[in-house]
Amino acid sequence: MSEVKKKAEAAQAKKGAYGTDIDLSSFKKKAAPRAYDVKLTSLSEEEEKCLADVGIIPSGDLRSGNFLQMDHSAVNCSAFQKGVEVMSSVEALRKYDGLKDYWWKAVDVATDKYTANAELDFNNGYFIRVSKGVKAKFPVQACLYIGEEGLAQNVHNIIIAEEGSELHVITGCRTAPRLKQGLHIGISEFYIKKGATVTFTMIHNWGEQVVVRPRTAVWVEEGATYNSNFVCMKPARSIQMFPAVRLKGKNAVTRLNSILVATMGSELDIGGRVSLEAPGAKAEILTRTISKGGSIIARGILIGEQPGIKAHLECSGLMLSDEGSIRAIPELDGRVAGVEMSHEAAVGRISQEEIEYLMARGLSEKEATALIVRGFLRVEMVGLPEHLKKEIDRLVEASEKSLL
Amino acid sequence: MLLDIRDLTVEVGGREVLTGVDLKIEQGETHVLFGKNGSGKTSLLMTIMGFSGYRVKKGKIFFKGEDITDFPINERAKMGIGMSFQRPPTIKGVKTMDLIAILNSDEKFVAEAAESLELTAFLDREINRGFSGGEIKKSELLQLMTQNPDLILLDEPESGVDLENIAIIGRAIKILLQKNLRRLRVNAGLVITHTGLILNYVEADRGHLLLDGRMRCEGNPREMFATIQKSGYEVCARCQK
Repeated sequence: MSEVKKKAEAAQAKKGAYGTDIDLSSFKKKAAPRAYDVKLTSLSEEEEKCLADVGIIPSGDLRSGNFLQMDHSAVNCSAFQKGVEVMSSVEALRKYDGLKDYWWKAVDVATDKYTANAELDFNNGYFIRVSKGVKAKFPVQACLYIGEEGLAQNVHNIIIAEEGSELHVITGCRTAPRLKQGLHIGISEFYIKKGATVTFTMIHNWGEQVVVRPRTAVWVEEGATYNSNFVCMKPARSIQMFPAVRLKGKNAVTRLNSILVATMGSELDIGGRVSLEAPGAKAEILTRTISKGGSIIARGILIGEQPGIKAHLECSGLMLSDEGSIRAIPELDGRVAGVEMSHEAAVGRISQEEIEYLMARGLSEKEATALIVRGFLRVEMVGLPEHLKKEIDRLVEASEKSLL
Repeated sequence: MLLDIRDLTVEVGGREVLTGVDLKIEQGETHVLFGKNGSGKTSLLMTIMGFSGYRVKKGKIFFKGEDITDFPINERAKMGIGMSFQRPPTIKGVKTMDLIAILNSDEKFVAEAAESLELTAFLDREINRGFSGGEIKKSELLQLMTQNPDLILLDEPESGVDLENIAIIGRAIKILLQKNLRRLRVNAGLVITHTGLILNYVEADRGHLLLDGRMRCEGNPREMFATIQKSGYEVCARCQK
């Protein structure tokens, strides 16, 4: 048995550091296979709509690549630009001799039972790589879809941006409309090499009883940039994630943006940890949260390990209901002299003064509230090309409407 | 009668801020409100606009003949009352243009109005975020111009504004109050001023002095302002009533 498997077996019962403990045995391990679909013509109208909700365009227009996994089957993997590779993890492991330099290198398989489970009951995932110096013209889209009731989907993704390359990934996670129970465990390991830029935009749209445990780690080398935009505005029973970004090279930069909305019954425990390990590294974490009855814990940790680093963390929460809760837990950890780190956190309600100001212009109370909420959620998504920015804005606006 | 306030007594947080105030404004008239800091001027404007926290204990407010004392703010705005705030809140993430587009869909008109106030570059900025004193006043006036109210309440439109911008603001107020029209002027205004500077730009018809929440004098606004400048508010209060 491999070392990794052994470590995974030993960690099978290890509870996660955060979030409600989940009984993994209550989810189905086997899924009916779905056929590979070269042109993505086998999707039902409903499935197409579901994908559109999370920014996935089946035609692949305005995309440099496409990956679609339904349940446990990679249904489509395509790349439309030279120097951009998109394939399933299963295929990549086979093709690249087990991806020795990448597989379980940034994320420790023994982190908790979820990582262990992703190894022991591995159900594919995606592998995306851009070659040295290649700038992907359009985003690569990747979708992880659960259609089978009660299913566990354990994926392991690898994203590699070789030196000087540029990549946008838009990834949508979605369950079928009537699906009740489901479990998604997603391991994602990012390797962003010297001078490369990766912008990763993730939209979650799960079912009300779905449990989600992503485990993400990102290595950013010298002069490289990692931008993350995470949007989760639809109900889910429990999402707990704490992506860890290591700025390993000089002047590496990261920005993590999250927009989180928790409705009644949803539990979101979402964080971002950035360790600034080289001089000149910069990090910014920006989180906007709204609770409409659900509970949110917004964590953020900045660790300054070298002089001359700069980092800021901002977390604003808006309570739209007397039920639910928002806890903002920002942490700054400076380990040498010459670090510059700061944070701002605020949790409140919509100010009456702002509502009345807008009402004095003739807006009704409801219209005023909607405008303020829209403004609150308008986070400047970093690193997105204009057309993608518009797409994301449209998706956020559609979710706002259902919120108010 | 456009605005008719009768025997108005108002409380804020249990403290009486206005006592037995009467005020009548006809269509086309511009009235000026003088008074020390804390004398109740802003409270009167906020009460006319209908802000929560300004509790009417006694008296009535009629607008266009209708009793609006208990109307919500947005109803009053829709009926034609508009207000320029002295210290308006910042609305995070909402661009000035987002709000203006809701108020007025005539893009050409909005663009020209913004240009006349030298505010074009601000349309893309968040409402009041990081605006200077003068920029806030101009942005308030731009919103009013797009809203086009019949009664305009201006809370110290010239405070914190440099001389060059006062001229721009003065011009905008003139347009709002239709001072450029010789006849058929229908828009009316109620303006709070401390410095009186705005009187150089906008011809006012009546002046009122508010002290300790009570109306103490009414008369020619220029004469009143001259007295206040020379001898203070108390002397002005003694001169007539």
